[in-house]
Amino acid sequence: MLRYALKRLISLFISLVVASVVIFAVIEVAPGDPASFMLGVNAQEDTLAALRAELGLDGSKIQRYFNWVSGMLVGDFGTSYTYRTPVSQMIADRMWVSLPLALYALTLSTLIAFPAGIYAAARRGKPGDLTVMGATQLGIAVPNFWFAMMLVLIFAIKLRWFSAGGFAGWDKGVWTGLHSLTLPAIALALPQAAILARVMRSSLLDILGEDFMRTARAKGLSRRQALWRHGVRNALIPVLTIIGLQFSFLLAGSIIIEQVFYLPGLGRLVFQAISARDLIVVESVVMLLVFAVITVNFLVDLAYAGVDPRLRGRS
Amino acid sequence: MSLLQIDNLSLTIHETEILKRIRLRIDAGQIVAVTGESGSGKSMTALAVMRLLPNGAKADGAILLDGRNLLPLMESDMCALRGAEIGMVFQEPMTALNPVKTIGDQVIETILIHKAMPRAKAWARAQEVLTRVGLPPDRFPLSRYPHELSGGQRQRVVIAMAIALRPKLLIADEPTTALDVTTQAQILELLKGLAREYGMGLLMITHDLAVVADMADQIVVMRQGEVVERGATTDLLNNMQHPYTRMLFQASGHQVSLPDPPEPQPLLEVKNVIRDYRLPRKSLFGRSGHNRAVDEVSFTLNRGERLGLVGESGCGKSTLTKAILGLEETQSGDIRLDSQPVFSGHKPNPAVRRKMQVVFQDPYGSFNPRHRVARLITEPFHLLDTPPSGPERQDRIAEMLTAVGLRPDDAGKFIHEFSGGQRQRIAIARALIIRPELILFDEAVSALDVSVRAQILDLLAELCTTYNLTYLFISHDLSVVRTITDRVMVMQAGKIVEQGETEQVFSDPQHPYTRTLIDAAPVLPDIGTSVA
Amino acid sequence: MSRNLILGAVLSSLVLLAALMSFVWTPYDYAALDIPNKLQPPNAQHWFGTDHFGRDMFSMIMVGARTSIAVALVAVGIGMALGVPLGLTAAARKGSWLDEVIMRGNDLVFAFPSLVIAILITAVFGAGAINAIIAIGIFNIPVFARITRGAALSLWEREFILAARVSGKGAARISAEHILPNVANLLIVQGTIQFSLGILAEAGLSYVGLGAQPPTPSWGRMLADAQTMVSFAPHLALIPGLAIIVTVLGLNLLGDGLRDWLDPRIRVARA
Repeated sequence: MLRYALKRLISLFISLVVASVVIFAVIEVAPGDPASFMLGVNAQEDTLAALRAELGLDGSKIQRYFNWVSGMLVGDFGTSYTYRTPVSQMIADRMWVSLPLALYALTLSTLIAFPAGIYAAARRGKPGDLTVMGATQLGIAVPNFWFAMMLVLIFAIKLRWFSAGGFAGWDKGVWTGLHSLTLPAIALALPQAAILARVMRSSLLDILGEDFMRTARAKGLSRRQALWRHGVRNALIPVLTIIGLQFSFLLAGSIIIEQVFYLPGLGRLVFQAISARDLIVVESVVMLLVFAVITVNFLVDLAYAGVDPRLRGRS
Repeated sequence: MSLLQIDNLSLTIHETEILKRIRLRIDAGQIVAVTGESGSGKSMTALAVMRLLPNGAKADGAILLDGRNLLPLMESDMCALRGAEIGMVFQEPMTALNPVKTIGDQVIETILIHKAMPRAKAWARAQEVLTRVGLPPDRFPLSRYPHELSGGQRQRVVIAMAIALRPKLLIADEPTTALDVTTQAQILELLKGLAREYGMGLLMITHDLAVVADMADQIVVMRQGEVVERGATTDLLNNMQHPYTRMLFQASGHQVSLPDPPEPQPLLEVKNVIRDYRLPRKSLFGRSGHNRAVDEVSFTLNRGERLGLVGESGCGKSTLTKAILGLEETQSGDIRLDSQPVFSGHKPNPAVRRKMQVVFQDPYGSFNPRHRVARLITEPFHLLDTPPSGPERQDRIAEMLTAVGLRPDDAGKFIHEFSGGQRQRIAIARALIIRPELILFDEAVSALDVSVRAQILDLLAELCTTYNLTYLFISHDLSVVRTITDRVMVMQAGKIVEQGETEQVFSDPQHPYTRTLIDAAPVLPDIGTSVA
Repeated sequence: MSRNLILGAVLSSLVLLAALMSFVWTPYDYAALDIPNKLQPPNAQHWFGTDHFGRDMFSMIMVGARTSIAVALVAVGIGMALGVPLGLTAAARKGSWLDEVIMRGNDLVFAFPSLVIAILITAVFGAGAINAIIAIGIFNIPVFARITRGAALSLWEREFILAARVSGKGAARISAEHILPNVANLLIVQGTIQFSLGILAEAGLSYVGLGAQPPTPSWGRMLADAQTMVSFAPHLALIPGLAIIVTVLGLNLLGDGLRDWLDPRIRVARA
């Protein structure tokens, strides 16, 4: 088990290093000099040089890469070109919207998908299954930001159960915060739940065809008992992979959904930064997103070992 | 009253008739073997008793267990019966156990699901039955997972689950087909012992007539969903009534006569060959271990000779085959065909390749489903510098198809239009088409029904006469190797432990392992063949 | 043929037809402003109504289909053209360093969701349809590489591949002659699914302004424009949304239907 975890950890580390190099390289080729962009075309050469030094833009590329990475390791993401504030502070503020939103959506999606998928698999080919499958087929086809607009139209504008946008903030209490994240989370979660439910169903159906399910039935387990005791845990293995992948879709999706609900999250930060050509912010936010995705996939790998004893090895 | 009585059982699946008015009886403590070729409906009969038939199945007639008809029972009543009154053992031990649960949990589940006893007693009972099937908890703790056990051990776990509640009837569906002969002998012995000890009825489904003759009190022969003959084992063996039964027994012990091999003149020389596989590293920074699949193997195959290679799974015979074919490089040693090396440098030697061909086991996986027969069997032409084309190519295709007993116009068909036996003929045609010096038969008849197998063996004998074949016949089936080879080698754990004239080795084995193998293999009684 | 296949084929070809048709005919000029007739709900003159500049929504949807299909199709093309050879190579050299590099590279690209790639590209080069294509296309590469490798690996174990190797054929030739034709079905099915995901991704990117730029109409930006008017002109949001749903649903049904229809195992079971 320890060996398995260590191996994954090493590959996590390598991925992070390669990802950071790629991101750094892409930002490096961006045309234009941030310092002259900030000070305008008429700036004096010595003022520019001073600003470049302040922003850490002098020195060789390799030097700058290591400065950037070593800074991130201690929580220093550099200084925003436009706001002149530490990027880490800006990210930390926005994280408290984006991360809870993604987790909220992931929870909703799993809570909806598992029962739906298991229900459909247990009633394969019957009306219940066909209804669930039809609904998921539709769910996959719906763009989440459009669904979000429809939710706003119905629940915020017509019914007035929720506010149409904005974020109340966590300082007014957890429930107030969650309340303002509920519509965005539903908009994010439902399309993902549709995918997850389909994976759960097909994974379970695969397992139902396995020899050991017949063995279980020969022992005297009913169809339902066999499904729950032997099917679900085995079916979880491919489902976990999808949950891991979904996390990255949810993070990306939350960037878009934040636009619909005017949420002050990472998405808005990054779009503001793009239009202001504040590349250090873009660079850091992208690195953070990639870091989150890679870390979640590492956790999923560890969860495999929890589900599947074959991965744990003999030790 | 019989323990199990099947009366006029008919079965259709989606309107296709599977079973036709089957009748069968089993008494307590009796072993009844149901046998037949694929498609005979023997497995469906077993599943019908368990009422675990596939969707769309409709059964008619009566299945009486202790006088109680199972067919009209509610599903919940059947659940109460399965595992408690009727136990079942399946063919594939590798997949029959849930990979994510311990063996202890899986055995105990049988007991707990029927609420037969409290958990603590169930635990003790699980230990008891696992000990009985040969897995004592001090050596095989209940916390083991299936992947930590071998195939034979897993089959013992499956048996333990089936007998944990001492059912009256045990159904075993091809329980040893996936196992090696020595393991097979142990499992059969175990099943037999359990039936006698517990007074269980044992319904044994098997295609292997030697196993049938060895074990059963009663034999039931099925063909295409019908019982063609039944009777007490000795009576039936001594006096077979139905021609199909006679055909089956004859085909099972089918003998062919090979032409005499010519004067020994070496063709294939294998010297001190070693093939290691890297094992995954045990610790992160430790050195990776090696598994020596082939260990210092040396032998010579003479021109015109038919050499056999027998051994159990994992003994290294497949690895050796791949090394001879030049598909995998060896670590050391020398393989030469016509005194040319199979590998020159680190590349397979094309000059040697065109002198060798192979016929594989699986008649279904051996062909690209998207190509026609003509293209399939001419694939080896790729090895020739100037492959025949136009009418010459057509002639070669026609000649080969005729030689293997097919028609020249079969060349335009796709592979799915042929049966398993016909496909194996096409595989032989593909191997023969460039007139190789040497053909390797890798378990080439193992997947076939006995009657088809007999035909393919006849074809081989015939081709030996017409084409002077030299071949290496790799098989786990001793009876086949005995009739189709002149000389035989026995392989164990990567080493060749014995080699010699086939008859000599079989009648007077020298190495203890050879003796174990021969003793373990169930023998077809002579009686069956003498009647014809 | 299943109902899925027929319904999927009908819906997809409907959208494709609308896109192709838009090259030669649209009811109105999609860019023509007609302020007096702005924000009309669907009616006899304007089947899908008009937007806040009085432009005909039906014409815009038709031209928008063109954008969506072009972006998604080229992105699938990029994914296949690069991913399939990578997958075939990795499978042919299973366990070698090459396989390892390809697969780790795949994992790495998976860590960059297409939106993140789009953000990076846009930050550097500015927004546009080409960048959307590249962003979605890059994300498609590992999808095709992985599915090709998986299917190819199981084929490499088959005996007909061994027979081809015994006949002296090399890895490249076997991949082209035996492996590729046998994974083609799978690739077609995955292609339709990636196509539909591409449509969704393109809509998302144009919605946040990272996709096709004005004046090129695109469904995603129509939705972005509609957002502030959704309370008094809901058709502005409903219609592009439904267009996306119909397209994606059609492609998904087509993919599912093709999978069932092309999979010989299922066909045998049905017979």
